[in-house]
Amino acid sequence: MSPLYWRRRATNAVVMTLALGATALGLVWLVLVLWTLVANGVAAITPSLFVESTPPPGSSGGLANAIYGSIVMTAAATLIGAPVGILAGTYLAEYGAGSRIAPVIRFVNDILLSAPSIIIGLFVYEVMVLKMGHFSAWAGATALAIIVVPVVVRTTEDMLNLVPTALREAAAALGAPKWRVIVFIAYRAAMQGMLTGVMLAFARIAGETAPLLFTALNNQFFSTDMNAPMANLPVVIFQFAMSPYVDWQSLAWGGALLITVAILILNIAARLFAAWGSFGR
Amino acid sequence: MNDMPRTAVARQDAPLVEPRAAPDLVPKIEIRRLRFFYKKFEALKNIDLTLYDKRVTAFIGPSGCGKSTLLRVLNRIYDLYPGQRAEGEVLLDGRNILEPGLDLNLLRAKVGMVFQKPTPFPMSIFDNVAFGIRLYEKLPASELADRVEQALRRAALWDEVKDKLRQSGLSLSGGQQQRLCIARAIAVKPSVLLLDEPASALDPISTQRIEELIAELKADYCIVIVTHNMQQAARSSDFTAFMYLGELIEFSDTETLFTHPREKRTEDYITGRFG
Repeated sequence: MSPLYWRRRATNAVVMTLALGATALGLVWLVLVLWTLVANGVAAITPSLFVESTPPPGSSGGLANAIYGSIVMTAAATLIGAPVGILAGTYLAEYGAGSRIAPVIRFVNDILLSAPSIIIGLFVYEVMVLKMGHFSAWAGATALAIIVVPVVVRTTEDMLNLVPTALREAAAALGAPKWRVIVFIAYRAAMQGMLTGVMLAFARIAGETAPLLFTALNNQFFSTDMNAPMANLPVVIFQFAMSPYVDWQSLAWGGALLITVAILILNIAARLFAAWGSFGR
Repeated sequence: MNDMPRTAVARQDAPLVEPRAAPDLVPKIEIRRLRFFYKKFEALKNIDLTLYDKRVTAFIGPSGCGKSTLLRVLNRIYDLYPGQRAEGEVLLDGRNILEPGLDLNLLRAKVGMVFQKPTPFPMSIFDNVAFGIRLYEKLPASELADRVEQALRRAALWDEVKDKLRQSGLSLSGGQQQRLCIARAIAVKPSVLLLDEPASALDPISTQRIEELIAELKADYCIVIVTHNMQQAARSSDFTAFMYLGELIEFSDTETLFTHPREKRTEDYITGRFG
C-alpha cells in the first residue's frame, strides 16, 4: 500500500473520531437532561395531576388549569398565526417573484424568526396588556401567534418553492386562473409540508415561557375566560420550580415532563406525517 | 365530417412540394414578424410562419435555437414570467393573440399544451382530466364522467385506467402519465395542441404510442410539436420548421425538408454535421 493511502486512512480515522466525539458530547447532555426530567417527574404524574388545579403551598393539587390554559392558548395562537403565516408565505412564493418588497419581507421575517421571545412578550405587554389594563389569555395567545407567524411563513414559502414550476405551468396552460393554480395545485402538492410546518410551530410555542410571563401571566384557579389571566404550563413550571416548597417543585417536574413528552409526540407526529408518502398515493 | 375525405386526399397527395398551393390547407395560426425577448436578449428574430389546421407541424433545431420559445408564445405561457415579451403578430383564427387585454385563460383553453416531463396533478386520475373541464363548464356528474371518459379514450389511456380512476395520477407509469396529460389537454376541447418534446422523457415503446396518438389526433387539431429527435419529426409531422439561433431558417412540408433542403444549414443539421 502506498504512503498516500495510509495517510488518507489516518486522516479518516482522526476526523471520524472527532465527529463521533462531538456527537457524543451533544447527546450526553440531552440524555442527562431527559433522564433528570424523567427521574424527578415520573413521581408527579398521577391522575390528580390532570384533574386538580394548582394548589396553595402545603396542600395537594394538580396542573389541570395550567394544562387547559396551555392547550387553549397554544391552539388559539395557532389558529390566529397559521392562516396569516400561510397567506404571507403564499405571497412570497407565488406573487413576490421579481417584486422589490418580497426580499424585504423575507429578511424581516427571518429577523422575527430569530427574535428572542421575551421581546415579543414585552411588545404584546406594551400594546395589549397596558392598554387593556390587565393580563389576559388573549394577550398570551397573541404573543404566541406572533411567534407562529414567521415559522409558518418560512415553511410555507419553502414548501411552495418545492412544487415544480412545470406543475404550475401545466395548470396555467389549461386556462386556470392564478388563484386556482395556487389553491388546487400548489397547495395540494405542498400540503403535507405546510401542515408539518404548522405542527412544528405548535410544538415550538407549547413550551414558550417568556412571552406568557408578560401577557397571560398565571392564574391560581381554573379559568376559561380569555379576557382574564390564565394558567399555563411554562409559567407554572417557572413559578413552582423557583419556590421553596417541595410539593410545588414536584408539580413543576411533572409539568416539565408532561410538556416535553407532548412536544416529543407532536414532533414525531409531524415527521411521520411528512414522511407519509405523497398525497393520495 | 367534411374533413374526412379531405384528410384522405391530403395523405395521397403528400409529399406536397408547395404547401400553400394545396387546396385543403386551412391556416390556423399565422405568425407575422414575431420577435421575442428575455429581458434584453432577442430569442426570436422576425419569425414569419403559418401553421395549418388538422396538420402536424414540427419545430426542429439545436438546443437554444428558440423552438420551445416559439411554442410558448402560441399560448402566451411566457406571460407567467416578468421580463419576457413578444412583438409582432400571432393570429389565431385571424385574431391577434399578442394584443393587450386579451383573456389569457380563454386563450389557453383554446390552445392546449403538453410538456416535456409528464406533469400529473397531485390528485386522482379522474380529477386530473376533470380539472380543466371544471374550469369553464358546470356539468352534471354523469356528463362530466362522460367527458372524462371521452378524453381518456381519445388519449388511448381508457382501457388501462378505467378501473382505477380514483387512484392518484402519480401512480401511473411515465408513458401513461404523459397520455394522461394529453387527455387532460384535449378534455378542455382546444383547437390547437402544443407538444413540447412530449416523448423525450419516455422509453421507445411509450414514445411510439405517443406518436400513434399524434397521428390520430391530427384529424381534429392543429398540432405543433417541438422535438430534438429528427426521426420523430420525419415520422409524425406534415410540415417542419428548422430554426437556428432564433431565426426560422427553413419551412416546408416534412418530406421536402428532409430530402431536398433548400438551405445549407438545414442540410448540415439534418445530416448530423452540427447540432
